Amino acid sequence: MIQPDAAPKPRRNVELALLVLALAVGIGASAMVDLNSETPFDNDFWFQSSLLAVAAFAFHIVLRLRAKYADPAILPIVVALNGLGLALIHRMDGPGDDTGNNQLRWTLIAVAVAITVIWFLKDHRILRRFTFISLAASAILLVLPLIPFISAGEVLGARVWIRLGPMTFQPGEIAKITLAVFFAGYLSSNRDLILLAGRKIGPLQFPRFKDMGPMITAWLVSIGVLVFQRDLGSSILFFGLFIVMIYVATSRISWVVIGLGLILGGGFVASRIFPHVGFRLDSWWNAFTPEVYDRFPGGSRQIVQGLFGMADGGLVGTGLGQGRPDLVPFANSDMIIALIGEELGLIGLFAVVLLYLLLFTRGFRAALGTRDAFGKLLACGLSFAIALQCFVVIGGVTRLIPLTGLTTPFLAAGGSSLLANWIIVGLLLMISHTARSPIDTTPMTDTPSEAVKQP
Amino acid sequence: MNQSIRSAWLAAVAMFALIFGAISYVQVVGADELNDNPWNQRAVLADYCKDRGAIIVAGKPIAESVAGDETCSFQRKYTQPELYAGITGYFSRTYGASGLEQELRDELAGSSDQLFLDRISQVFLGRQAKGASVELTLDPQIQKLAYDLIPDGQRGSIVVTNPKTGAILAMVSKPSYDPNLIATHDVAKEQASFEQLNKIPGINLNQSVSGPTGALLAPGSVFKLIDTAAALNSGKYNKDSELPNPASLPLPGSSASLPNYAGGNCYTRTTADFAFALEQSCNTPFARIALDLGQEAIADQARKFGFGQDFGDQLKLQSAVSVFPPDLDDAALAQSAVGQRDVKATPLQIAMMTAAIANGGVQMKPNLIKNVRAPDLRVISEPEPEVLRNSTSPAIARQITEWMTGVVSKGIGGGAAVPGVEVAGKTGTAQLGDSGLNNSWFTGFAPANDPQVAVTIVIEGVDVTTGAQLTSPNAKKIFEAVLNK
Repeated sequence: MIQPDAAPKPRRNVELALLVLALAVGIGASAMVDLNSETPFDNDFWFQSSLLAVAAFAFHIVLRLRAKYADPAILPIVVALNGLGLALIHRMDGPGDDTGNNQLRWTLIAVAVAITVIWFLKDHRILRRFTFISLAASAILLVLPLIPFISAGEVLGARVWIRLGPMTFQPGEIAKITLAVFFAGYLSSNRDLILLAGRKIGPLQFPRFKDMGPMITAWLVSIGVLVFQRDLGSSILFFGLFIVMIYVATSRISWVVIGLGLILGGGFVASRIFPHVGFRLDSWWNAFTPEVYDRFPGGSRQIVQGLFGMADGGLVGTGLGQGRPDLVPFANSDMIIALIGEELGLIGLFAVVLLYLLLFTRGFRAALGTRDAFGKLLACGLSFAIALQCFVVIGGVTRLIPLTGLTTPFLAAGGSSLLANWIIVGLLLMISHTARSPIDTTPMTDTPSEAVKQP
Repeated sequence: MNQSIRSAWLAAVAMFALIFGAISYVQVVGADELNDNPWNQRAVLADYCKDRGAIIVAGKPIAESVAGDETCSFQRKYTQPELYAGITGYFSRTYGASGLEQELRDELAGSSDQLFLDRISQVFLGRQAKGASVELTLDPQIQKLAYDLIPDGQRGSIVVTNPKTGAILAMVSKPSYDPNLIATHDVAKEQASFEQLNKIPGINLNQSVSGPTGALLAPGSVFKLIDTAAALNSGKYNKDSELPNPASLPLPGSSASLPNYAGGNCYTRTTADFAFALEQSCNTPFARIALDLGQEAIADQARKFGFGQDFGDQLKLQSAVSVFPPDLDDAALAQSAVGQRDVKATPLQIAMMTAAIANGGVQMKPNLIKNVRAPDLRVISEPEPEVLRNSTSPAIARQITEWMTGVVSKGIGGGAAVPGVEVAGKTGTAQLGDSGLNNSWFTGFAPANDPQVAVTIVIEGVDVTTGAQLTSPNAKKIFEAVLNK
């Protein structure tokens, strides 16, 4: 096990300094966008900037009070990304569009919820008690968009939205968290059983069939999301989350082999049966064929136009507000990465991707440092989910892999995604707090199972 | 557990390494290729407010830049917009450009290499850069005549060319639209118009190709000219060959059969020579020829006429590639030989096929550009007629021409006959499923012994009677108009 630092320091002042830097990035970007607008530095700009700063500092103060050993890099990274996202969404707003202000509202809600989680939950290990409630919650959240009166119907081919009064919401984003909690709780309790039983085939030790239950469940959930909600991105995300968590719990590479086999098998069958999956693959592989480019819906116009934008941006970009991202459909949500590539260039986009790299690395660091198996699994799962989500989105936009409808965490327009990701950040901060705090005062329920695994 | 956490982190880092690679590829390594892609509107849009050159037909501009408003010093204006929309395309702030506005962007914006010295001198003279103007080969009277011959509300295309030079004299299609609606500087109006226009069936402004160069249609019996060329070219058939002409041909390996064309006199003979089979457009003789010669021979002949090929470098319009599908079974081959099933051709492709027959088997590059002039009216390029490919031998072309004159003088293409002129032609009626509607074709040229003009007409989705009225008789009007000039 990693030993706590000899003399652990809270490092809250480091966080404060970094936070000022992060706000400078976000508000600076906003200012550049505003300079190019018709009414530079109007009330909207000051309103947005001050509210973002207030939210960031409020979060910082809550950390000082409730989780003072939390990782000092995580909050500034997220504030920088969120601030940049606000600026970019505001930049894409046409006359009368309110997406920017809507995103700001959701940012404030999300920060408030994340603060609430930290304030009242106090310790992430409490979540372990809710293992099976989380499973039930996940199931309900995933089924909600399919229920007639709550569902917001089919939006752009996917059924993932529900109606909440005047707003719409994507419950699947929250399900990402509840599923991670369930997997972490279940695997931390049952890993010994899964570990010890099994059959060795060649160099790989394969699990007993009955221990495959959770994996089959996860697979069925993913397939269900794909079939009923027609959401390929979330399907990949849920399954990837599960594979990583079971791999971390057992250290058995055989799980990864089985999991990848199921993904490829399921994906192949899905691409043959469901036209929306087939179209995605076709739009990726044959993106530059006229029939595929012109097909609507399900054509490759979006991805090809995104590539044109990025190519136009080149190394240094056109400058904020100087490019033509309006040629790319959904430039403020699904394609926001292409917008960054176009206007901030390869350098700007690399910087953003590096922020994500740092963010999930800090999450993994918390997983290494914390002493309970549940916390390790949860931190690992959530961090990997962020990484995988970035990979799926950015890989899709750059045509490395087929484009699927996932949001870019903290950047893309969309309230549900923002809320879910801020809650994830809250959880990671809490786990990093236990990982870095000097003495662990809570009795550790996981000690026996940890002992088994001591290398 | 910590070891596997580190492995999971490494996996995540590996994914990010791939992302960094992909971003570098798109933004640096592959960027030039993406910037040159014809679908890429960014270069055009960078010049949005510049004084672009005019597109000119017979000395009069059909697209020109006029004084704009305070947001943009120049505004693109189209005269007779619907008549020429399929050729000029549109030039929009939101949607970029299409048609010649897109393909000739360098010339029109004055950024082509040939205009380099002009740009330099304009800089020294302190004038704003101005684009080159482009004069087209179109004949405005023929263009107008052809456009009016397609009734409003009817989908169809007409292509009129000079088979000896490849020059396009008229190229129209309906439905058409007014590009001025999308060229306006009022972004809200522009977007509303764009969406409104896209709702009209037959108009899709998002598509990179459309109309005579883009619509892929079943060619029906006009494809029989290719069967005939393939038959004569094989050496197995000659001008006197007698072909079996049963009322219907059972399709091999299927319970269906291919009936003869019911509209003519096919039923009067059980065998036919080429002349009769073409005059009456009988199906079964050509299906038998295709089964006899095999897929490769027909596909090869189709390729020589331009199927699966592009139109060369003088057209300057994006075009769809016509298809003769590979790997056909015998039933599909028999149906494809009469232009049904999966054979698809653009109106321009059929026009080029006919032009090749008219021009002794030599297909000329279709050409829309008469010349390009610098702002000082100096001609900077003037395309010469160029050979695109050899489609068939002069002897075979002559023979097919003779039979095609029979189609007009004795056969079912009689409506295209022009008094005192020998007209060669071929009709086609491609059934659209079981709807009872057809794509009705006429393609031909005149005079047969010294072709001056080739006309191809297709009217989409009509019943047989309407189709017959709108094809051959209209071709006659165009022949007369061109030949009487």
